[in-house]
Amino acid sequence: MDDGISSTSVGRSVLRLETREKLTGAAKYIADLSRPNMLHAAILGSPHAHARILSYDITAARAVPGVHAVLTGADFPDGRMGAFVKDEPPIAQEKVRYIGEPVAVVAADDEAIARRAAQLIEIKYAELPAIVRPEDALAEGAALVHEDLANYFMVYDAVRYGNVLSETTLSEGDIEKGFAEADIVVEGEFETPAQAHVAIEPCGALAEIDDAGRVTLWSANQSVFRVQANVCESLKLPMSKLRSLTPRIGGGFGNKMEAHVQPLVVQLAIVTRRPIKLILSREEDFETVRVRHPFKIRMRTGAKKDGTLVARDTEVLLDGGAYGDDSPGVLGYSMLMSRGPYAIPHARAHGRLVYTNKIRSGAFRGFGNPQMQFAGETQIDEIAAKLGIDPIEIRLKNALRGEGPWFLGQKLASNGFVECLERLRDDEGWRNRKAAAPKPGKKRGFGVAAGAHISGLLGTGAIVRLLEDGTVVLNTGAVDIGQGSDTVLAQICAEALKIPLDRVAVASPDTDGSPYNWGTTASRVTFTTGRSVALAAAEVETQVKSLAADMLECAAEDLELRPGGFVGIKGVPDKQLPLFVVSLQAHWRRGGPIIGHHSWVFDRPAVDPKRAVATGMPFRQIGVYSFAAQAVEIEIDDVTGKTDVVKVWSAVDVGRAINPASVEGQMDGGFVQGLGFALTEEVVFDRGRIVNPTLMDYKVPTALDVPHAMKTIIVEAREPDGPFGAKGVGEIGLVPTPAAIANAIADATADKSAVRLRRLPMTPERVLDAMLPPEDADAS
Amino acid sequence: MREGIEIALRVNNAGRSVTVPADETLLETLRERLALTGAKRGCNQGVCGACTVSVDGRPMRACLSLTANCAGAEIVTIEGVARDGMLGRIQMALEQTGAVQCGFCTSGMVIAAEALLRANPQPSAAEVQAGISGNLCRCSGYRTIVDAVLLAAAGGRG
Repeated sequence: MDDGISSTSVGRSVLRLETREKLTGAAKYIADLSRPNMLHAAILGSPHAHARILSYDITAARAVPGVHAVLTGADFPDGRMGAFVKDEPPIAQEKVRYIGEPVAVVAADDEAIARRAAQLIEIKYAELPAIVRPEDALAEGAALVHEDLANYFMVYDAVRYGNVLSETTLSEGDIEKGFAEADIVVEGEFETPAQAHVAIEPCGALAEIDDAGRVTLWSANQSVFRVQANVCESLKLPMSKLRSLTPRIGGGFGNKMEAHVQPLVVQLAIVTRRPIKLILSREEDFETVRVRHPFKIRMRTGAKKDGTLVARDTEVLLDGGAYGDDSPGVLGYSMLMSRGPYAIPHARAHGRLVYTNKIRSGAFRGFGNPQMQFAGETQIDEIAAKLGIDPIEIRLKNALRGEGPWFLGQKLASNGFVECLERLRDDEGWRNRKAAAPKPGKKRGFGVAAGAHISGLLGTGAIVRLLEDGTVVLNTGAVDIGQGSDTVLAQICAEALKIPLDRVAVASPDTDGSPYNWGTTASRVTFTTGRSVALAAAEVETQVKSLAADMLECAAEDLELRPGGFVGIKGVPDKQLPLFVVSLQAHWRRGGPIIGHHSWVFDRPAVDPKRAVATGMPFRQIGVYSFAAQAVEIEIDDVTGKTDVVKVWSAVDVGRAINPASVEGQMDGGFVQGLGFALTEEVVFDRGRIVNPTLMDYKVPTALDVPHAMKTIIVEAREPDGPFGAKGVGEIGLVPTPAAIANAIADATADKSAVRLRRLPMTPERVLDAMLPPEDADAS
Repeated sequence: MREGIEIALRVNNAGRSVTVPADETLLETLRERLALTGAKRGCNQGVCGACTVSVDGRPMRACLSLTANCAGAEIVTIEGVARDGMLGRIQMALEQTGAVQCGFCTSGMVIAAEALLRANPQPSAAEVQAGISGNLCRCSGYRTIVDAVLLAAAGGRG
């Protein structure tokens, strides 16, 4: 889809379309919206991790002046929602499954009244044994988090039993033979914690019902269409009865992809016939939305003496929390990533996803991949260190080249992995990394890790309309959550039509008027939606040429679009028409208004049955692959054990950088979120209760905790199916990060016995403990 | 209903009079009564910095400041930083370095960075990192924000 003509929009770091409104405070987010006669809502959360609800008493709450409605589980339809398994009610019904789960909701004249009244609701519970650790979920005779699991509708052929929501097995080659060929085998158990998304904007929603009973819903979201599906499934509403819209979004990272409070406000709006707004507090956002999956990984990797990787065996246990959400996808995807971007001939992965009585785990930038690469990239580093091979060279030696294929058999249409490794290796800053001496009192180390990530998945479309004056409205339904997709899609549209960028307006996503878009997730908008934009624009071009051929009395094949908004006869510079003249003709005389549209779904299979065996796979097709190699320089304080990242280099294959500054923005931001995951961030549970649901106690990196020296090297291995060759970059920035930092810690301590931390976060305490001689170290 | 206290403020160069309960925060007053929604509620406990406004020239957490304590104060919110359609120096620099992603921290970040440059007109990168460390950004990784403050300090000439 790259015509090779020099770009006017694509490849330029143009200013984000909405930058000015964000700089002046004019941008409107969900909390900034209001409607006439609006009421404010508040939730009451469950105090128990697992309990049967015996009775509700709402008398006192209902009697508070200014309260208009108090709804409990008894006042909601009994529909069930979920992306992979329909297991989640709109509000707790019959029983509660995690601490903080909404059990009642209040609508009042203002937020303070609603919050006070919610605390006056009396609910009687009968406590049930709580499943807190994922191992406990597997125990013989364990209490069931969902007694009805066998009856839930699932969107794929799942293996499920007891508290196991999904069990997946993948294999390629002969794992026993692989390990028999190995000269060296490393083995380890890895553990990663729940990480909180902490978009600076907490979740919220506003619903309004019209006289005909149709609901309009604004919410902080990553997909107006997933919002619509979740609300309508859980409230048993026809989808046509709900219109889902979006204001500006203050960051998502996966937290706003599936439902949060939308079903609650819609039901309140239906009952009260008044507009309802509910904005979560920071604590509620921590306690009731979703977290990154805690992983337990047992991995073995075998290699020959020359560093050739021959076998990888992976066993994973995922803590899914109380509801399915995106968990089956995270399990399957992380396992698909378990071989990494390497040609390891014999690989096997087995994984189980269990329900526990904790907040649901769900999508979070990386989708299980950072956890898996923490294990895999640590083991490659261990093998390299044991064999005395440079960490970049061992990755080059084993890198998937050309069309691969990826684990399970999908061929790679574009693959810049080797170039990422080489560009990183050859970077001047990296080559001269040891020029300055280490600081006194610090141990210095360098670490390398790599990874790949898909962009793709599920349905997408675009509509490009040429208006009477030659300007264009682009409508895709893709939500810009702050990463800059509106701008990137407008650049693709402008480039395809050879018009200035300021002639393209981007319509705000609207389930009434936008083509379906699964959402801003899976690093997919530039690749999947961008492709639809380019092809919808191509349809506009076809219609323009057809009409212009009549007007210019030539054949359509002899016409070309010309920069600035013209269509003209090839080789005849003065024979041309402005697009608006053609558009006017279409509107008034013949042909009809010019509308280009395109829709598609990525449909190349992930599994080649001739190469691999897969059971319990939650998706049949996945997407195209982006690649990254990352290196960090760190310092460990001798006294405190605190690790500081001083510099980072990232080489990333994005196919084509539509907007290079936005690519760098994704890489910087992804890296820092990965740095937090690696060093400081952990949602800590005590018997199912989150003990640190505040920003005082949950440590997100500040400007003081991150390096200012962050370099992104952009590699462009053009993706044939991507718009102008582009593929995604939303998640890959943090995929290698925890491993790169862990490998740097090992490097910094290599003079004695290298510290190999296999548990995140790598806090000063854990680093110091590992550095101390065994007799001095606390058992932790 | 709660008792009200009448408070006179100056907000973005205009006199405003509000009658507020004693426990109403400046953030609530700005957002709910004065329709100035640029300052954001990110945590409501003074950690994230998204609500930062300038009170008598100093950056303050509006979520921790009581309106009743602000009588006579000169308050500048993000809506008052640009003058006559001309962006302030920090705003211009953030635009130039491409630092704005979701925008939710931007209001507070602009106010905090303006205050930093008033106190220290020529900061080093490390001083900028320290100066904005009370304002969380989850999107940018901070590099482009630090670059923007350095750019603004250099008079916009990068």
